Formats: sequence, C-alpha cells, structure tokens
Amino acid sequence: MGRTSMRLSEIDYSDVQGLVRFGYAKMKQASYVHLRVKDVAAARAWLRSAPVANAVTKTPPPSTAIHVAFTAPGLEALGVPPSILAAFAPEFLTGMADANRARHLGDVGSNAPAQWEWGYGTSVPHLIVMFFAESGRLQALIQDTRGSAWNSGFEEQRWLGTADLDGVEPFGFTDGISQPRIDWERRRDVTRPQIDYSNVVALGEFLLGYPNEYNKYTERPVIYADSISAADLLPAEDAPGKKDIGRNGTYLVMRQLRQDVRGFWQFLNRQADGNFAEAERLASAFVGRNRAGNPLVPMQEQPIPGIGPHPEQLRLNHFTFARDPMGASCAFGSHVRRENPRNTDYPGRPTGLAKLMTMLGFGPGGFRDDLMSPVRFHRILRRGREYGPELLPDHALAPAPPNDPERGLHFICLNASISRQFEFLQNAWTVNTKFSGLTGESDPLLGIHEAIPECPISDNFTVQGDGALRRRVSGLPQFVTVRGGAYFFLPGLRALRYLAGVGATDT
Amino acid sequence: MVLAAIDPAREAELRDLLASMNDAPGRVNADNALVPFAQFNTLHFARFVILDDKTLEDVRVYGMPVRTYPLYLAFLGDVDGDPDAFVVELGKRAGKGLRAIFSCCDGFTPDTDLVVWMRQHSCPPIANYVNCRGRTVRRVREEAVLKQALDEYLRIHAHALSALPPREVFTRLLGFVNAEKSAKRLILSEESSTPTAWWIKNALHLVGVPALVLLASPLLVLVAPILIFRLRRLEKTDLELCWRVDQAHSDALAFSEDRDVTNQFTAIASRKPGFVRLWTLMGILLTIDYAARHIVRRGRLGRIRSIHFARWVLLDGKRRGVFFSNYDGTVESYMDDFINKAGFGLNAIFSAAIGYPRTNWLVRDGCADEQKYRNFLRRHTLPTQVWYKAYPGLTAIDLERNRLIREGFESSSMSERECREWVALL
Repeated sequence: MGRTSMRLSEIDYSDVQGLVRFGYAKMKQASYVHLRVKDVAAARAWLRSAPVANAVTKTPPPSTAIHVAFTAPGLEALGVPPSILAAFAPEFLTGMADANRARHLGDVGSNAPAQWEWGYGTSVPHLIVMFFAESGRLQALIQDTRGSAWNSGFEEQRWLGTADLDGVEPFGFTDGISQPRIDWERRRDVTRPQIDYSNVVALGEFLLGYPNEYNKYTERPVIYADSISAADLLPAEDAPGKKDIGRNGTYLVMRQLRQDVRGFWQFLNRQADGNFAEAERLASAFVGRNRAGNPLVPMQEQPIPGIGPHPEQLRLNHFTFARDPMGASCAFGSHVRRENPRNTDYPGRPTGLAKLMTMLGFGPGGFRDDLMSPVRFHRILRRGREYGPELLPDHALAPAPPNDPERGLHFICLNASISRQFEFLQNAWTVNTKFSGLTGESDPLLGIHEAIPECPISDNFTVQGDGALRRRVSGLPQFVTVRGGAYFFLPGLRALRYLAGVGATDT
Repeated sequence: MVLAAIDPAREAELRDLLASMNDAPGRVNADNALVPFAQFNTLHFARFVILDDKTLEDVRVYGMPVRTYPLYLAFLGDVDGDPDAFVVELGKRAGKGLRAIFSCCDGFTPDTDLVVWMRQHSCPPIANYVNCRGRTVRRVREEAVLKQALDEYLRIHAHALSALPPREVFTRLLGFVNAEKSAKRLILSEESSTPTAWWIKNALHLVGVPALVLLASPLLVLVAPILIFRLRRLEKTDLELCWRVDQAHSDALAFSEDRDVTNQFTAIASRKPGFVRLWTLMGILLTIDYAARHIVRRGRLGRIRSIHFARWVLLDGKRRGVFFSNYDGTVESYMDDFINKAGFGLNAIFSAAIGYPRTNWLVRDGCADEQKYRNFLRRHTLPTQVWYKAYPGLTAIDLERNRLIREGFESSSMSERECREWVALL
C-alpha cells in the first residue's frame, strides 16, 4: 500500500468517461437514447464491451464518442445487488419524480412529473446512451453501435435528438459560457476559508472518489474485493483495503426543458411597446448578459483563478458582482446571478480581526449582505444540448404556424452530490421566490411563473435602479416547461464493467 | 412550552386528534376546532410535536443502560407579551380542544384546571433566540399590508415615479401612506410601550449575568484547564453515529416540509455522559441565550438570517436535549447555512449529543464533515404533527424589509444615502 499513496494523487483519465472532461464542441451532432433492459444477459454483454469514450486527450481528437449512464431502476434491472445499490445517494435512489422532491425542485403545476413525457412511473429509463459525432457521422455511429447484443438486450424507449444552434440556446443567447474549472491535478487547498472568488473547483465536486470542497469524500458504494471482477476496481482512497465503485464516476442530471421561444420574445416585445431594441435590453436584464454573452458588469481587475488566459474567456467570465452591490448593472434576480452569484465564504473579503467579527455575525450589516451560501459548494458542470429548429428572435414575433415544432434544451449537468449541487441550485437559487432578498419572483427564464396553490406570487421580475425606483415587470408567462427528467449515475469505466458483471457467474 | 407524558393507551387517539387539525399534509387548518390558532393575535408560531426519540439506544456506546422515558407531547408557541397571559387566553379560546388533547396525557382528568395544569407542565428553554425582539404579530401583519399597498401604488404610478430622485420618490410615497392612514385604509399602530418591569428585568439580566461570571471567574480559571484537558481527551475517543436514515423516516420528514417558504425543525438527542460534557453544554447554551438576548444583531443569529425563532430545551434531568426552530428555505439550505456560516457555534452545542461528528477544540471539524453531519441531524429530526405560522408566505428577510420600509416613513430625517437605500428596498 505504501507505493499506492504516490499514485493516489494522479487521476487515471482512461477510467473517466470523456464527457466529464470534454464538452465535444467539435462534435456538432448528438443524440441520446433511453433504454430499458429487456434481456439482462445480453444487456450486460453489450455493456461489458461497449466502446465508451474515456477522458484521455488524443491527437487528432476522436470524431465520435459514446457515453453510458444508469438510473437506479436501471442498476437494479441489471442485477446490481441491493447492498451496493443502497450505498448510492438517496436522491439518486428515489429519483427526480418523487413527490416530495418535485415540490422541492419546483416541479409543480405544468412542470409536475405526472405531466412529463418521460421520467415518471413506467417511463423512467433504465439507462441512457449518448452519441456524439462530428457532422455527418452520427447515423453511422448509431448503426455501428447497435448489434445483436444491443437488439436483444434493450428496448429503445425514446430517442432524444439535438440540434446544433452554434453555441446559442433557443431564446437566442450564447450558452454554456460559464463552467467551473476542475482541479484535475488536485492542487486546490480547500482547508482554508475562501476569501476570493475562484472558478477552480475541487475534483471531488465532479468525480466521486476524490476530496470535495469540504475536503471529504462524498458517500458512494465501496466494497471489499470479494470477486474477480471487483479486483479490477480502483481502491477507495478513504477506506483502506476497499474498492471504490464510485471512483471516477459521477451523477448526471438530465432534464428536458421546453422553451417557448415565441412566448418569450412576444412578451418582451409587448413590454417594450414594440421597440425591439428595448425588448432585447430587457431580455439581457433577464439573463444578466447580452445576446453575445457579454456580462452586464465590468471585468474585474484582480485575477480570478480558473478564468482565462484565453481573451474570449476573460471577456465573458472575468467578473464578479462585488462591484454591483445594488444590482444596478446586473439585476439581483437575473439568471446568471441566480445560477452563480460568484460569492465567497465571507462577504467583503475580511482578514484578521475583521474575519473573526464577520464570523460572529458582525460583518457587513446591510439588508442584502451575506444572504447566500458560498457558491463553491454548489457548482455544476453543464453538458446540455439544444433541440428543435432555430427560431431567430425577430421571427419569433410572428404567430406560431400549425404544428410549430418544439424547441428547448436537453439540460445535462454533472455533479458528485445531486442534493448539494444541482438540487440546491434549483431550489434555493433558481426557483426560490425569496432569492437574494427579493420577493414574488422566480428565475425569469427557468423559474415558476404560474400561480400555484401554496406558492406565493412568482411572476415578477425586478430591474434594480441606479439611485432611482426599480422597474418591475409583472405577469411573466411560463417560458420554460419541464418535459421529463431523471437522475443517472455515470460510472467510471472499470466500474461500468464491474456493474455489468456483478452478481453473474464470475468466471 | 407545555411538556406532558402521553398515556400509552391513548397515543393513537392523540395522533388522530392532532392529525384532525391539519387540512393537508404539513398544513394546519388555522381555524381548526381544537385550537383555532388564527384567533390568537399575539401568536407567531405554534406546534404540537410528539417527542418520539428513536435514538435512545445510542447511550449503549457509552456502556450506559438504555433508559425508558415517557413519550412526551410538546406544545409550544412563540408569543408577544406575557406568556402567562397567553396561557389564560388559550384556556379561554381553546379550552375544549386543549382539554381533549391533554386528556390523552398522564394525570389529566375531567376535573383538572387546564390553565393551572399547563403552568405546572411548562418547560422553560435553556436558550432562546428571537429574530427581532419587539416585532409583534400585529406589526408584521400591518407592515405586510403596507408593503402590498405600496406595491399596488407603484404598479399604477411607476411611470411617473421612475425618473424622480430617491428623496422625491420617498416624499410621494409618504404622502400616499399618510393619505391612506387618514382614510383608515392603512393602519400602522403605535406599539404599546414595553412594560417597565420588562425593562428592569432585561437590564438586570444584561448586567447580572456578566457580574456572576466575573464573580465566578477565579473558580472558572482554576477549573478551565482541567475541563479543557478532559474535553480534548473525550473528543478524541467519542464515537460517531452518523449513518443515513432509512427511506421511510426520510419520507415522513419530507412529507410535511416545503409547504410554505418557512419550515419547522425539531431534533432530539441524548447527551454524552459526564460532568464535563454537561457543564460545557450548559456554559455554551447560557452564553448563546445571553448573546441572543443582548449581543447579536437584529435579525441575525451569528451569520444566519433565516431563523424566525429557535429554542433549546433540556429534558429528563438534562440527559436529553431538544432543539426547535422555525426557519426559511428547505432543510438542505438550512443545514448549509449552519455548516458554512455558523459551524463553530453548531459544533459547540451539538457536540454534546451522542454520535455527533467528532469535533476538535470543541468548535472545529464536527459539522465540517458535511455528509456525516447531515446524516446525524436527519437521524435525530422528528416529524412535527401540527405546525402553525401566523404569516404564510413571508420570510424573516421579508419581515426585515417591511420593517425597514415602515421605519423609513417614521424616521424624522433621512440622508441622501439613506434615501437611496430606502428606495432600493421597494
């Protein structure tokens, strides 16, 4: 074991699914299929030899990639023993559509799981296979992947196609700009309070089996190597002598979000009395960036770790809200401020005695000071893709033709703790009508805007004024509706082979 | 707080009675026939909870015999003014219902005098936190109506006001509010003055407690090294009992949560044995009680701004402790607040509970092992049978904002900066 301690600090990229490290921007085509296990032996056989892409960088980069992730019912259907299953995260086991969880996530009213197209009751998939390919290669990739084991092992429940909108989401805004930078080298010191905002986040926030932002290992199944297949698993760093089923794996959250592009621009246009430039300004206030992705607050002079050095990245992401305490440049309730408030462990960068005073509750005492939890515990890695045909904002003003196709986002995010990362973000910041001292408003894009029993008014949006009265926009319609969702486990590759074999005869 | 042992034969009946006060899961009928909470104009929060402690066997890890305690019913409320007067009012308005409920408890007969009985069974907290002392239910409600009236006025007149400087906006709104008040459409009552007796008592407490500490300080200086030495030894050997709760327990808790922007919290645990733990806990809780009363900023328990009311109660010869609170947001964000913003205080108190994640120098580590802490706390959390809040939909931050808006109208003068900040509250 002495020797292994040296190796512990190094990550084995060949065991990590490539989706964790890459967004596959060059692979313009993508398609996801939800599968149900029809024949366990055949399904396992396919999974054991599935050509799942790892995270090793290659030159030239590959032109296609396949990824696999499982729901809890999926692992059960594959025959994963209850003792192992029980050690996965509770939220993964109960699933996204659980009634208490749905209330928590704002999946009520027209977002309620009972109304979903998939992910509720019998429409919960067992696993998802994700195909990524450079232009023109997707169909061949899918064809090559399906073989006899696939056909006899799985029932194809639903195909989810995606569209390449060239880095722009359906409402017309540049998307996927802000991502945490994963500390692959494990150099980040999280043992001290973070006084300055950093975009570098501990590896353990995105991969199981490594220390997270609390410098702890997130719960996951670890076992004694009691079988030949288990012997191939990597060791658990925090449990000597045990093998780590979670290691190099993570949880994948998927939500299909339908976007009412016409409704969005028509509402804004009405608010702007037909002045489209003004409608665009209001849309930018909703988002907290303009359509090209530029933030509404100036760049920060002090360096932010994990942003840059690429000038484009600096332009888009080198900012915090520290210089906009009144929300005059970027509204408190704007989408980007809700999704990443870019705050730190203590308000106001205190040191020494000031830090002690802040800790005891005698730091900045303004109405909006210190309302939020430090963001470093709530970051997610986004890997979503759009679907549906492009509809430019000015075209969106026209009434919908018959059979107007659906547009939206297959939201996908990766995180080691669904409850502390995705669910917290969704509940405490995205749909929360009381975020940041506000009231009566939810996220202007993703939030609930419907009047729902037991839920206070949520269809406002406030643009804070610079020394003047705020502007309040009321009556926001529901722009985004949840059409389906599920929690998946995206295993490391050794764990994938193990899960596809565990419980079967081990010879 | 009234604390009474439930007659085992009538537990099921009591549970049914309590359930009959709710008209939806986790949602009380404020006008229910047993205790019509809505009729009490001084009541902020109230709850009935059966202290069904499933972790009594934890004492075994210290080699202690498992004690059997009676199953208690706790009835508690956070009220304005004299608590004794409130008990009398309870007897008047909810006498029949309370008699029905307490008749399921030991020693309550048809001849029992309800008010006397409740006083006899009252169980004072050892530490208490109030978000904003002196902010009465009436005030909260009047200020909420004021905020609504302003919202409506601004909705109609936003255009005319949008280009005005902050002072002008304030002046116009002040004119509107004064007109509404004259027309009796808005009421902003003067608070009845706090009784002199309360002030005297408070001042005595403010001075008296430090004076006692000062008097005892020679002794404390002598004892402290021994206490610290022992505590360090104990910390290194204490066992952690932090496994995850089962799905049924988790569901039972989640079922009544997130029905309003505010939630209730009740957790119970057995104390670690020995004088060192007992004295440390008492010292910490009394310090917190003192700080919460005289030192902390209004609206903040340390850095936490989401708690309306909280109290710590010790039971059964201080062998068990219960923590009750009313907080905004979900239990996840509540735990998050505690871990990230008040970990040291949390550790100092809850490290006295058997099975708490191991601390270091009393205030370090502990809940910083975030998952263990969440597991620990969930294990000790109890489902609350009946929970009432006088102002649904309003968070502590809402109340703070509304208070600041109202105080702006009542302030004699405001600087430019104060005017800007005031307008930003709207």
